Amino acid sequence: MDFAFSDDQRLFQQTVREVFDKECAPEHVRAAWGSDDGRVNGIWSKLADIGVIGLTAPEAAGGMGLDEVDLVLLLEESGRAGLADPLVENAAVAVPLLRDAGDGEWLSRVASGEAMAAVGFASEPYVVGAGGADLLLLLQARDEVWAVPAADVGTKEEPALDRGRRLYRVSWSPGSGTSLARGADAHRLVDAAFDRAALGTAAQLVGLADRVIEITADYAREREQFGKSIGSFQAVKHHLANALLKLEFARPAVYRAAHSVAADAPERARDVSMAKVFAADAGLLAAKVGLQVHGAIGYTWEHDLHLFMKPIWGRAVAYGDAAWHRARVARALGVA
Amino acid sequence: MDLTYGPEQEAFRAEARAWLSANVPREPLPSMDTAEGFEAHRAWERRMFDDRWSVVSWPREYGGRDAGVLEWLVFEEEYWRAGAPGRVSQNGIFLLAPTLFEFGTDEQKARYLPAMASADEIWCQGWSEPNAGSDLAGIRSKAVADGGDYLLTGQKTWASRGAFAEWMFGLFRTDPTAERHRGLTYFLVPMDAPGVTVRPIAQLDGETGFAEVFLEDVRVPASQVLGEVNQGWGVAMATAGSERGMNLRSPARYTEAAGRLVELYGELGEDAHDPSLPADVAQAWMDTEAYRLHTMWTVSKVLAGGKVGPEASLNKVWWSEMDVRLHETALRLLGPRAHLLPEAPEAHAGAKWLDGFLFSLAGPIYAGTNEIQRNVIAERVLGLPRS
Repeated sequence: MDFAFSDDQRLFQQTVREVFDKECAPEHVRAAWGSDDGRVNGIWSKLADIGVIGLTAPEAAGGMGLDEVDLVLLLEESGRAGLADPLVENAAVAVPLLRDAGDGEWLSRVASGEAMAAVGFASEPYVVGAGGADLLLLLQARDEVWAVPAADVGTKEEPALDRGRRLYRVSWSPGSGTSLARGADAHRLVDAAFDRAALGTAAQLVGLADRVIEITADYAREREQFGKSIGSFQAVKHHLANALLKLEFARPAVYRAAHSVAADAPERARDVSMAKVFAADAGLLAAKVGLQVHGAIGYTWEHDLHLFMKPIWGRAVAYGDAAWHRARVARALGVA
Repeated sequence: MDLTYGPEQEAFRAEARAWLSANVPREPLPSMDTAEGFEAHRAWERRMFDDRWSVVSWPREYGGRDAGVLEWLVFEEEYWRAGAPGRVSQNGIFLLAPTLFEFGTDEQKARYLPAMASADEIWCQGWSEPNAGSDLAGIRSKAVADGGDYLLTGQKTWASRGAFAEWMFGLFRTDPTAERHRGLTYFLVPMDAPGVTVRPIAQLDGETGFAEVFLEDVRVPASQVLGEVNQGWGVAMATAGSERGMNLRSPARYTEAAGRLVELYGELGEDAHDPSLPADVAQAWMDTEAYRLHTMWTVSKVLAGGKVGPEASLNKVWWSEMDVRLHETALRLLGPRAHLLPEAPEAHAGAKWLDGFLFSLAGPIYAGTNEIQRNVIAERVLGLPRS
């Protein structure tokens, strides 16, 4: 029993945090939100260079041959930074999907950061980042997996509140592209891809909640009313304590789910759902508390809070909201 | 990252399981808050002690097995899985003992620990006073030096198991001129000493689970001071850390209860009219599972040389509030029958849900109210200023 990350895993996390501190600071996220494609300038190649995007690809395909336990802390960091780019959809979903489907060509290109992928799920009405993608992995029919070049699909953006997470409707006529899997093989790939998307999003929610609590506690210490710091008032303290409580109990649930996905454990789906329930609830509470403690300044476009609050709202309902995942846990327990 | 127990723990599990299955009483014992039940629970603990199962994590010289923290968690899993009785010795073995190990002299450890392990001496806590609850530093009961002894005078209240316990540990003011948190001293007090009067208090269930304790010039030798004179606050906070953290509340009792809740849903779920029940049962199960994972996370940190600080308050809020929700969910499943007492002819076989519910309601109050815990979290984990 050693429920902890290795020194190497912590070191990698630290490296990634330093990259984000420098190149994905709030002003960079803000610029990405105002840009055409919603992406943070230059960050993608940097993440590819240090191995984040191709982390789970085999070394032969230019990756690092690592797994979700190695990846989860890095995704958490991307949440902490409010990274706009579709990292979950590429590093956590597309790369292992192409790896497991045996598509070496696209795998190398996506892992190296040269090509961007977007992943369309049957359960999701919108495809994240489809507009800027080179490759569409279409899993809309659960028993087929298609790899389709961007030129063969139509995309139409549905502008969303979180300007860093660009959502698209994708239209496509079956027949173009390459069929990667069918039947039972496709089922396995699609189910694993969905769990990876939910896990990766849960990890980002943990990072986002962590950041919101941090900036809110900072603000509560500095802001004075009635002649003292508002953080000295019990009502404010209890709001923040409640948010931290949810976050600290979400963390181990997310890390355990990463382990279950990496090991392809029999309880994988249950554990991922539990992680998403806790991470979504923790994120939403942190956002609510963050806004309330900031007061009116937190309700402005100018303040940084919304750079983290809006990504929480969108991710809380992406790849299954808490209610959907809670119901999946209930079914796994025979309670339904 | 490794989420499985090793072969040593599994061997330990097998041994514990075999012993428990051969020895756990077939019928539930009467409530430990009655005179009869208290003695029945004492006899059970004695039975465990005889085969070295009462305090597995203690050193062998005091009756333990020198088991590590992982083995202790495994033992707890097996203990609750076997449906074994609640621990009447818990104030002593889980709260006082860690403090004795940290602050006690060799003489004190030799004097108190073996009798605690065998349940020959059962301990209650003497913290709260009529005017010192959440504001524990407001303690007024005093101890005055008299020759080599101290004379203790004052009133303690809400002393769980105080109606029947042999000993009490608690704080008394030894320097009335010092600042509130200073000038307190941690004493070990025999309940049969002249000048001690115990008035049992009936709890919500009608049984005398706690008591008021009046002290009038109770003579206590200096050898019954734990730690340094006037340093009792620091010593007491070590006990509080144990109570809030995992010593008192291992995950196993909750995961076991969650398992029973899932079974109860299997039995009654179809007839339940409340469409939110499946989600609430699943959430209750997940809450206990999260507590288990959080404990494993913390234990792994401690085994790697880390320390548990004020984060223990997060634990206390979590287990106490999840326990209430879990029992509320069970009662909703049972419907009106949930409120029948165990002796009612139509009571559900699992009538212990009602007892468990009442017990759970105390959780957010004892061991430092959850309001105090949230202050601790905000101030000492998040660094917000003191009020």
